[in-house]
Amino acid sequence: MPALTRRGAVLGLAGLLSAGPNALALAAAPTERRFVVVNLRGALDGLAAVAPYGDPALAGLRRELMAPPIGEPDGLLDLGGFFGLHPALPNLHALYAAGEMAIVHAVAGPYRARSHFVAQDCLESGTDHRMSSGWLGRAVAAMPDRRGRGDALAVGVALPLLLRGSNAVDNWAPRGFASPPAHLYQTIAELNAADRVTGPAVAEGLRGRGFTAAILAGSEEPKDRFAFPALATAAGEMLRAEDGPRIAALELGGWDTHAQQVNRLAGPLRQLDTGMAALKAALGSVWKQSCVLVMTEFGRTARANGTRGTDHGTATVAFILGGAVEGGVVRGQWPGLGPDALLENRDLMPTGDLRSVAKGLLSAHLRLPIGSLDAVFPNSRDVEPMRRLIRT
Amino acid sequence: MQAAAFHALARFGLGRRPAEPVPLDAAAWARAQITQPDPALALPVPSAADGLLAIRQDREAGPQPGESKARAIYRASAQTLLDHAVSTVAPFRERLVWFWTNHFTVSLRRGQVAGLAGAFVQEAIRPHVTGRFADMVLAVTRHPAMLLYLDNAASVGPDSPAADRGARGLNENLARECLELHTVTPASQYTQTDVTSFARVLTGWSIDMNAASPGFRYRPRAHQPGEHIVMGQRLAADEAGGVQALRFLADHPATHRALATKLARHFIADDPPAETVRRIEAVLRDTGGDLGAASLELIGLDAAWQSHGKLRTPLDYVVACVRLLAPLGDPPPNLTAILAGLGQPLWTAPAPNGWPDRADDWAGPEAMMRRIDWAHAFAARIGARDPAELAEAALGPLLRDETLMAVKRAGSRRDGLTLLLTSPEFQRR
Repeated sequence: MPALTRRGAVLGLAGLLSAGPNALALAAAPTERRFVVVNLRGALDGLAAVAPYGDPALAGLRRELMAPPIGEPDGLLDLGGFFGLHPALPNLHALYAAGEMAIVHAVAGPYRARSHFVAQDCLESGTDHRMSSGWLGRAVAAMPDRRGRGDALAVGVALPLLLRGSNAVDNWAPRGFASPPAHLYQTIAELNAADRVTGPAVAEGLRGRGFTAAILAGSEEPKDRFAFPALATAAGEMLRAEDGPRIAALELGGWDTHAQQVNRLAGPLRQLDTGMAALKAALGSVWKQSCVLVMTEFGRTARANGTRGTDHGTATVAFILGGAVEGGVVRGQWPGLGPDALLENRDLMPTGDLRSVAKGLLSAHLRLPIGSLDAVFPNSRDVEPMRRLIRT
Repeated sequence: MQAAAFHALARFGLGRRPAEPVPLDAAAWARAQITQPDPALALPVPSAADGLLAIRQDREAGPQPGESKARAIYRASAQTLLDHAVSTVAPFRERLVWFWTNHFTVSLRRGQVAGLAGAFVQEAIRPHVTGRFADMVLAVTRHPAMLLYLDNAASVGPDSPAADRGARGLNENLARECLELHTVTPASQYTQTDVTSFARVLTGWSIDMNAASPGFRYRPRAHQPGEHIVMGQRLAADEAGGVQALRFLADHPATHRALATKLARHFIADDPPAETVRRIEAVLRDTGGDLGAASLELIGLDAAWQSHGKLRTPLDYVVACVRLLAPLGDPPPNLTAILAGLGQPLWTAPAPNGWPDRADDWAGPEAMMRRIDWAHAFAARIGARDPAELAEAALGPLLRDETLMAVKRAGSRRDGLTLLLTSPEFQRR
């Protein structure tokens, strides 16, 4: 199991650590359930990930972005007659078929920002503005049987806003500097290309590290210890341990597909897909009491733009997967894609609230009392927890 | 002129701190740092005496790894001086301190230097960066860090009473590097006889480790007796001969030429125009090696304001990144570990000629990848700040449209900041 960095210590809470490492093993685990949140930073196109091929308006909006039909090579993976899963998501499809993954479509957070930075703050805060703490951090603090430390794990070099608000969060990342994702390398290479010194150095450096043109274009993924499946495996192993964390947050980028979306989306989706399979494998016997929420800050325009991509939109999908999940179903109310159905004649109309999904999971899976849900999501009394997300 | 101000903040400074106003008159901003006293003279950095005491105590105690008193002094000194670089309002002066520290390299490759390197900066370099070069040469050559690094502390005149019938003898290291690197350079056509003779002149320049306050000590019993001639100069006997030799070398025309070239390469271009070198050289000649006057001359050169073409070294780059985001939240970045990871560990140059000063030396493909990877890791500290605002605050008119566009379009704040920090215009000064 990888070693943890004690976030408590770096936050000046070193006193909490004076009991020594063994205290961690002796403390009673707060819950046998595991809850993981995967934040897809950069805005996943929900209409590409879970395509409503049964909607007659879809092809007219984005024919050039659509995967081949069900049954054809590299075609959509059927989800029961109306929706199809992107062909880069075979592992998620298997989970869906096994009743271990549910999808909520046409959801959005309680904000209508189309700026990544603002929307990510809101998504993580769980409100329509940036707070100094995140909803998952406040949920950890509100867990009824928490240990008070080591309850939660942030995977990555920084503690995300999502998990702030609790003293009980550890931070873990592989040693060394994390490489930026391939899409960011690509932009860095482009911005340096004309420089006679840094341009050739970046290009040669990427070649030396095995970044082929296909990887930089997003159609193939690089292999390294910071790759998402490797992080998911590490998180799963820590979560499985009896004295390990119960909550974890991971991030995966590469979703901002403004151009050449068909090529650029496949890589990150495959990372997500193999990452979730890796997480399940690493969780082993505790998979059956686990639940994973996969969310993103907003969706993308229903229509393809002029560069075979999509721009910033509104509603999108959320995935809920795990052995504890009541799956095999696409939830939410489908708003349709007709001209009057789109928000501002451009985005998928939100019909569900992401807070409702999160509240449903926190109450049914982590057993947070209804009263504390309103502290986790301020001013959300009118947002009902979504029901039947977790098996009873 | 906004553009001139941002240019000066990078070229003469250490990168902008957004909390501080952009100077209205860039040249005046730079000049004031030379004409006003150094705010960092009184920084609480352990002295050479502290360092030597620590070395002595380590020698007596045989400390466990991690408990060395000299290493503790190194860590404290590094922290204090790097923190100062990140926060200073006189960054041009600090750049000059680094420049001269690198010119007179002492390196932790020689382990004993660890406890003395910070003191070397504060005692031998900093007091003289706007003073006379000859005073800096003298302070450097007498400093225990240099005497240990280049072995002069143990050098003994072969015919001196301390030679112990030939058991101990001459060490040419400091004398050779002083001629080759610190002062006249091979362009002056000194000979091996000059090196040996100068080494004999410097015998006895040593360290008293056992004094209550250990430090430099001239040991007459280790000094090679007799008269010496270095580069045609007849030198007085004993310690005075060394002082006389150093003053002669410091004020030699070949030294002025070498220093002018190095200053212009550092502050203006990898291959500086010959005219700029001539002008700095003339100032050094006419002022008798006044480094403050040479620094002011740099500011006045047209060439200094024309290109934005020098690549930041890792030290320069990391400090500029930290200044942009300062004050940083917890945990504080471990700057010495970062500099080591980026290939420029603090005070640990591979050889006495110091760190190289051309883009090609720092822009190797893997070096560039590490810089990018670190920038991406560091960018996670952006918090709630807007990367496009930071980009404009950092570079002003030097920011290219395509970089600003890419920063604005990035998928996250962190990605946006990564694109700024790895852009060619941020990597240059």
